[in-house]
Amino acid sequence: MAETDLSPAPRTSTADTAPGNASAGRPTTATAATTPPRRRRAPRTPGRHGGNRPLRVILRLAVIVYLFFLVVWPVSLVVLRTFAPVGDTGGWDAFVTRISDPAFLYAFGLTFTAALWAVGLNAVFGLGISLLLVRYSFPGRRLLSALVDLPMSVSPVVVGLALVLAYSSNQGRFGPLLQSLDWQIVFSTPGIVLATTFVSLPLVIREIVPVLEEIGTEQELAARSLGAGAVQTFRRITLPAIKWALVYGVVLSLARALGEFGAVKIVSQGASFNGETATLLVANRYGNFDEASAYAAAFLLVLTAITALVVVTILRPKEHRS
Amino acid sequence: MKPETLTRPAAAGLGLALLWFSVLVLIPLAAIVLSSTAGGWQQFIGTITDPETFAALRLTVLQALGAALVNVVVGTTIAWVLVRDRFPGKAVLEVIIDIPFALPTIVAGLVLLSLYGPESPLGINVVNTQQGIFLALLFVTLPFVVRTVQPVLIELDQDVEEAAASLGAGRFTTFRRVLLPALIPAITAGASLAFARAISEFGALVLISGNTPFETEVASLKILKFIEGDNRAGAASVALVLLVVSLVVLVALDILQRKVARRG
Repeated sequence: MAETDLSPAPRTSTADTAPGNASAGRPTTATAATTPPRRRRAPRTPGRHGGNRPLRVILRLAVIVYLFFLVVWPVSLVVLRTFAPVGDTGGWDAFVTRISDPAFLYAFGLTFTAALWAVGLNAVFGLGISLLLVRYSFPGRRLLSALVDLPMSVSPVVVGLALVLAYSSNQGRFGPLLQSLDWQIVFSTPGIVLATTFVSLPLVIREIVPVLEEIGTEQELAARSLGAGAVQTFRRITLPAIKWALVYGVVLSLARALGEFGAVKIVSQGASFNGETATLLVANRYGNFDEASAYAAAFLLVLTAITALVVVTILRPKEHRS
Repeated sequence: MKPETLTRPAAAGLGLALLWFSVLVLIPLAAIVLSSTAGGWQQFIGTITDPETFAALRLTVLQALGAALVNVVVGTTIAWVLVRDRFPGKAVLEVIIDIPFALPTIVAGLVLLSLYGPESPLGINVVNTQQGIFLALLFVTLPFVVRTVQPVLIELDQDVEEAAASLGAGRFTTFRRVLLPALIPAITAGASLAFARAISEFGALVLISGNTPFETEVASLKILKFIEGDNRAGAASVALVLLVVSLVVLVALDILQRKVARRG
């Protein structure tokens, strides 16, 4: 395992080489100015005072054991069982057969369609609302800034219920109106898109707002005074500075959108070839005692999630977020 | 930095953004409030004080509080180990902490069942027990306290701890007088986030909690049961309680952060 720990402070050193820092040099300097500079480079010497050593080791072991039983062992079991033989078939071939089942392809297709819509909508809306919140003052700005965080703390089931109560054609408050327009929202793909967009709404905003606040307006004002128009200023000054925050927010939204379950369960029919997304498929197959298929779908979702996580870790600029 | 007042295109953009936000978030949430009180407040009170529903709400809040408390201790310890300790493979731990955030909730449930379910290699089966619910909540809330405490601990100079130690403070005194006061705001913030997440958890519990009324039925699954039983007012009433609790936590957190920012 030693080769994974290339440096004393992995978080700091990965960030140094991350592209995020090269292009967004300003934010880092801004943060550095407010914090003691020695913190960044000073090598830590844990165990400098020998007396702490036993405690240190005990805590370390306790943490490792806790994480092993809570996360590592269960996750690795799912991976193992995905490829474990069931009866006389098993391994890689059985896995490929299971995931090329048409119902699988439909479910993952639907999940990706909904996720792409959600991410697109959230990127556009998130970029716009972040600019408005940081760069402009208007009545109710603080309230709006608090409200955009709300979707993350609402239970997914509540999200689904809310959409049903508002837009379902026979139970929703706008049902009659939507029906007269012949728009089917809930229990069809648009409902899944709305639910997915709802739950991943704040992620892009949360990434962009702090960066916008940090870079300030000096460069933008300078560009404007030199004759650049609003669009040109945005394209040449603002966008490059927030580019990585935007990418980071998009990756997080995508991961969240692909994995949404609760809200989608309520707004979707959830049947095979009829609104069954990848996460619903995991639940349905497990419920029908087809555990091998459930594990196969779960494995694909785990793979996507961990890929997103690794991408985010690589992109994460130094000292970024909590 | 002085934000400008709205220009005409910005105002149009704001209007459009507000419209979309209302359609997506505000109108649906308002529909919940309206539906929960459609039969009058009496009915709302009646629904949530119904013994079965009340038991579900009580179980949810107690379990979430328990999970938040465990995270206060364990999360702070993990953060401390990640910041102050050094050992091969530490970078791997960093990734492991984030796995519960990255995993879809239903997969989180499945993952836990693989070790603590019917086919457990350990012979432990937590399906349809309160321990199972607790385990699932610990899994999904793992990163909150770690990720709020970690940056504060990084900022905190180790010299201060060493100074305290060199002045004769014992390990425990150093922890209590130097480390803890600086970390308390971050721990509280992380714990509230974990609590808010735990009361609203659904996906990870679907496969684990057996949904036995009075025993293992949590609020979010109670809502599902109401929806499936076509009791919209009942579902909306429980949903409203969850909404209000999340709002209270969110507001409390905002006040806390404002206070800390002012002091710093």
